[in-house]
Amino acid sequence: MSKPYSDIPGTIVFDSDQAAEGYYLNQFCISLRLADNRELFRADPEGYIDQYPMTAGQRNAALNQEWNLLLELGGNIYYTSKLAAYHGINFQQLAGLMTGMGEDYRAMMVGGGRSIEGNRYQSEWEDE
Amino acid sequence: MAYISSGVACSHVPALGVASDKGITGDDYYGPIFKGFEFSKEWMEKEKPDVVFLVYNDHCTAFDARVIPTFALGCGTEYVPADEGWGPRPVPVVKGHRNLSAHIAQSLILDEFDITIMNEMEVDHGLTVPMTMMFGQPDEWPCPVVPLAVNVVQYPAPLGRRCFALGKAIRRAIESYGEDLKVCVFGTGGMSHQLQHKRAGLINAEWDARFMDLLVNEPDKGSQIEHIEYLREAGSEGIELVMWYVMRGALNDNVEEIHRFYHVPASNTAVGHLILENR
Repeated sequence: MSKPYSDIPGTIVFDSDQAAEGYYLNQFCISLRLADNRELFRADPEGYIDQYPMTAGQRNAALNQEWNLLLELGGNIYYTSKLAAYHGINFQQLAGLMTGMGEDYRAMMVGGGRSIEGNRYQSEWEDE
Repeated sequence: MAYISSGVACSHVPALGVASDKGITGDDYYGPIFKGFEFSKEWMEKEKPDVVFLVYNDHCTAFDARVIPTFALGCGTEYVPADEGWGPRPVPVVKGHRNLSAHIAQSLILDEFDITIMNEMEVDHGLTVPMTMMFGQPDEWPCPVVPLAVNVVQYPAPLGRRCFALGKAIRRAIESYGEDLKVCVFGTGGMSHQLQHKRAGLINAEWDARFMDLLVNEPDKGSQIEHIEYLREAGSEGIELVMWYVMRGALNDNVEEIHRFYHVPASNTAVGHLILENR
């Protein structure tokens, strides 16, 4: 399968391969959309997550809130954001965590966002 | 006969729904955005469509990873606002137009667009935020809605040119419906934004402006924009802009741009908005 998007820096395109890899991880995350499930997860995190036959790596990343790793392992942001919301983290705070910018992220957005210049190709991110 | 009078393009940033629901549309952050839609609400009061055909995307609410239809047409009598994790938005239930939906479904499939039929479907902010931006906070939405959900979450979304062709087929379907109905078509989502990983926060205002120019004046050309360009230039979530081409395909080749608004940011996103009338 051709993946012309693999040279975009700092970006995990949620394609068919990622979706296949992340299926149970994403279904776990989206289950937290419902309050009843959030209560069950809160009462017994490990027991709850073990209903979803994901890989050990995905399981650890979910329990340890490793937001970028979750995406790399097949998670999709609309799904992982439900896990973040469970932890009281909103979309903008989540972006602050994924970019490593923390509170500075919001200021960047108010200032017009991340420029496209220097951010189109992996080769432009030399230190990555 | 039914006919299409106009088209609306509108972002669906969830924070705009939250701002409306919490009554903070006048503050320093959200004020400029809602001000940009004041004209639009006045225009909509005069336009008074009988039906809104609303092209939007679901965010793993009605469709989680179990079922992912590329195009799903709402054919129900109503669509209930969903609980996306913090309770349903306090907005009216969206009424459908079952007879028009049924006609469009049959017409599209015979026109070689094999859409999925949804007789029951909850709707999330992807549909309700554009309604709020265009209609404000009424007790009931002023007209029924025919929703078309497009997959833009799992790559690949349908191509821009496919969306454009679908819009043309939707027009043929609507114009072959016997009842006299004035229809306004919404294309929603966008503009440039990336919500994920280390490049989150990407905004490309220059590209967004060119996208809108092409959409309005050279849609044949603009609908050829490839997925890789959306991903690279408009961000991984900016690809949802293909939905604007369904709306554009349903309009005349020549349209008049009645209103354009653009603002950065709303949360992580560039907000874009157009009102187009058939000429």
